[in-house]
Amino acid sequence: MASPTEQFEIRHFTGPLFHLGDSPVTFTNSALFMVLAVGVITAFLAAATAPRAVVPGRWQNLGELLYEFVASTVRQSAGKDGLVFLPLVFSLFTFVLIANLLGLLPYAFTVTSHIIVTAALALLVIFTVIGYGVAKHGAKFLNIFVPSGVPGWLLPLIVAIEVVSFISRPVSLSVRLFANMLAGHIALKIFAGFVAALLAGGFAAFLSPLPLAFTVALTALEVLVAVLQAYVFAVLTSLYLHDALHPGH
Amino acid sequence: MSGNGEDGRQPEDRDLAKRLDDLGRRLSAKEREALAARKAQEPRPGGDATAMSNALRLSGEFIAGVVAGAGIGWAIDTYLGLSPWGLIVFLLLGFLTGVWNVLRAAGYLKTPRDHGSGGR
Repeated sequence: MASPTEQFEIRHFTGPLFHLGDSPVTFTNSALFMVLAVGVITAFLAAATAPRAVVPGRWQNLGELLYEFVASTVRQSAGKDGLVFLPLVFSLFTFVLIANLLGLLPYAFTVTSHIIVTAALALLVIFTVIGYGVAKHGAKFLNIFVPSGVPGWLLPLIVAIEVVSFISRPVSLSVRLFANMLAGHIALKIFAGFVAALLAGGFAAFLSPLPLAFTVALTALEVLVAVLQAYVFAVLTSLYLHDALHPGH
Repeated sequence: MSGNGEDGRQPEDRDLAKRLDDLGRRLSAKEREALAARKAQEPRPGGDATAMSNALRLSGEFIAGVVAGAGIGWAIDTYLGLSPWGLIVFLLLGFLTGVWNVLRAAGYLKTPRDHGSGGR
């Protein structure tokens, strides 16, 4: 039975293309699937927007549904003026969604099961929040750490908690996505491995349909988790962006 | 004559029963309407987010608080040489933050954010 973590190994397809500082940059299977995800999204959106019909066809309908879905998510969580961030949230949502779903295909590599990828996405969000908040509100941006209506003697504690809470945001954003994808794929692999192990086990072979059925059920669950995690990522991104737009009140 | 009187009362009874029935039906219809209206107003602040996405979110919030607190404490210990006080204080603070995060994510806290959306 193959190791359940073998699927997360990074493989280098090329030698070092160029050097970034001291570290060589190579084209890996992770990079390949990121390119694939972007390619799928681009192809889909190109197919969806090409007709520009008043009465949408199938692809255009799908594209409009996707757009409306993300737009309403942003409007609900970040408010109407949060729609300036729609391109960012839309890109993040589609990238995470397609990367998650591509990872479910057999022999595929799951980009989002590596914490460095999800952490990079989360840091992008947090630095956008800080950058936009400071640019727009200046020092007033620090108001996000000072909730209104808190008695004075409690304020130092609350501010300390709010600061730690702010730092915990990229952690929770990245760890949640990474842990769900990693755990899901490992569980899937282990249960699929049971089938092979039982079949090879002689007498116990009659038990092998049990883990097989479980693997099928887990696959369905994983599809749900893949979509939900992308959605949660988008919702939380818009919630944090709302703070950049309206720090404290 | 007595038969006549009974005949006179029976339609009255029937009328009363009919009116009672009618009232009962109208009341239950009103009740159903009110119930439906209350249900329609109920949707949680998350909007169309399913319960599962909420559950996935809550579990992460708490862990992230503790991890972030421990990370800050460890960094303070390492770079300011205050060991072990940074870790002790900030791990506890991280625990508080975790609880705070969960309460906020579940919508039990009035935060600046909520004031903001309320004012819109």
